[in-house]
Amino acid sequence: MSDIINLTLSALIDKIKNKELSSQEITNAYIARAEKSKDLNTYITTDFENAIEKAKKFDEKGNFDYKLPGVPLAVKDLFCTNNLKTTAGSKILSNFIPSYESTVTQHLWDEGAILLGKLNCDEFAMGSSNETSFFGNVESPVGKKVVPGGSSGGSASALAAKLTPATIGTDTGGSIRQPASFTGTVGLKPTYGSCSRYGIVAFASSLDQAGPMTQDVSDAALMLDVISKYDTKDSTSVNFKRGDYFKSLSSNIKGKKIGIPKEYRVDGMPKEIESLWQDGITLLKKLGAKIIDISLPHTKYALPAYYIVAPAEASSNLARYDGVKYGYRSEGENLISMYENTRSEGFGDEVKRRIMIGTYVLSSGYYDAYYLKAQKIRRLIKNDFDEAYKSVDAILTPSTPSSAFKIGDKTDDPVSMYLNDIFTVPVNLSGLPAISIPAGKDKNNYPLGLQLIGKAFEEQNLLNISYSMEKELSFKNNLQDWWIK
Amino acid sequence: MSIDLKTIKHIAKLSRISIDDKKAKELEKDLNSIFEFIEALNKVDTKKVDPLTSIAETSLKLRGDEVKTKNIREQILKNSPDENKDFFVVPKVVE
Repeated sequence: MSDIINLTLSALIDKIKNKELSSQEITNAYIARAEKSKDLNTYITTDFENAIEKAKKFDEKGNFDYKLPGVPLAVKDLFCTNNLKTTAGSKILSNFIPSYESTVTQHLWDEGAILLGKLNCDEFAMGSSNETSFFGNVESPVGKKVVPGGSSGGSASALAAKLTPATIGTDTGGSIRQPASFTGTVGLKPTYGSCSRYGIVAFASSLDQAGPMTQDVSDAALMLDVISKYDTKDSTSVNFKRGDYFKSLSSNIKGKKIGIPKEYRVDGMPKEIESLWQDGITLLKKLGAKIIDISLPHTKYALPAYYIVAPAEASSNLARYDGVKYGYRSEGENLISMYENTRSEGFGDEVKRRIMIGTYVLSSGYYDAYYLKAQKIRRLIKNDFDEAYKSVDAILTPSTPSSAFKIGDKTDDPVSMYLNDIFTVPVNLSGLPAISIPAGKDKNNYPLGLQLIGKAFEEQNLLNISYSMEKELSFKNNLQDWWIK
Repeated sequence: MSIDLKTIKHIAKLSRISIDDKKAKELEKDLNSIFEFIEALNKVDTKKVDPLTSIAETSLKLRGDEVKTKNIREQILKNSPDENKDFFVVPKVVE
């Protein structure tokens, strides 16, 4: 059994196709491990009985030509799953059972994957440490009482702890890449418009994007092949020619031009992050890439602009939670007080904070000063990238300004929590693809990640560069299974 | 600039979130520290910059208005927080 959970997704698929392993053997192995790993609090909802049933059916008459034949997967609880509770980590959706399936998860099942259950996340994906979930904190397998990052914290923790061979998360300001970096896993945020947003609980619609979280770069390419498809149900889905990402993986990056933005060298950045970045540059040179110093002058304005745009869109998106048609309801003496009590009790502190920021910046008299201003800054940030991409193919930065921190360390000060996303947010504002790959460890033995940012719709390029780096880095998490009961 | 308690209560009202005085004071502190951080944007001259409203910047595609999912009325009503399974029920609004 320990052999099964140590396999990468692509190795697992090979073994299924060669009939060395059955879907039931694999599904049972992951379920058994999840049962012993409850202390990490990665799952909000499990669907194990159905998973075993589906695995049995697959073994009887499954299609081995599928891309994910009989592979069990757990997904972030922000994806709506037909007939299975979908909470978005919130009390207000704690009893919500969707009558439809998100496009992205549907693609997984259409390729033969089997749902294990729904993974914990920050409430409505608002958070960087998985400490805002109504269903409790998630612990990272990298250390006791260490946060897995957020908002896809349950996904990152479950993946690193080998409770699922791969998973999918969503990334609005870094919610795939930051937890991947904190847990020594690979996280890819595709170009805005690549993966359908249909059926994903909305946070900030102009920034939200689903993407793979995997053990290595090949697995990320494989998952992207499955989930990146044009969808008429999402009006911002883009109908571009997608690559054959997994098959086209190449580690030859000779002559690729990689930009190093000086603005990402922020004050107070730990030495180990600085040297991680330097080592990444050295490695790229060794692999034949050309390193070019670039400038993204508006970088420091990305985070403040994000904290206008994202809450503004969130305040509109979350207006639908009113206790009428679904979700939690608190009674009130009249309709308005029913709304107010429902939302006051149903949302957690961070969500309320962001709804209020958003309401304020969109309110009469402040729209121009805040929202419009932020959209103009957004243009400048995107222009910076456009300018840089005239001379480079991709950009290398650290994924996060620090390694994982302890639970409770940053919960008192929202701004210090927000600073976690300083390197990831500009990418969402510009709609670009970016990947975080594990590249080293800090003095506590916690993983550190490097981020590669690519040109829009050039995921293949991004995957190839990180694939070639991964081979040389040969990162290993070497977790001690301390949480197993 | 700073956001006072009166404004906090007004925003809460607009957001349809009930808050007590203690919560309002906490939010006053949090929101002011967040807006202090946001004010950095004022240093940038954006007079000649067009706002970026969408990354795709393409016109929305039209599609036929067709029913694709049928017979899920019961399933939808099951999520209703009220006991009544035929309608969505809210507190009385007309006296």
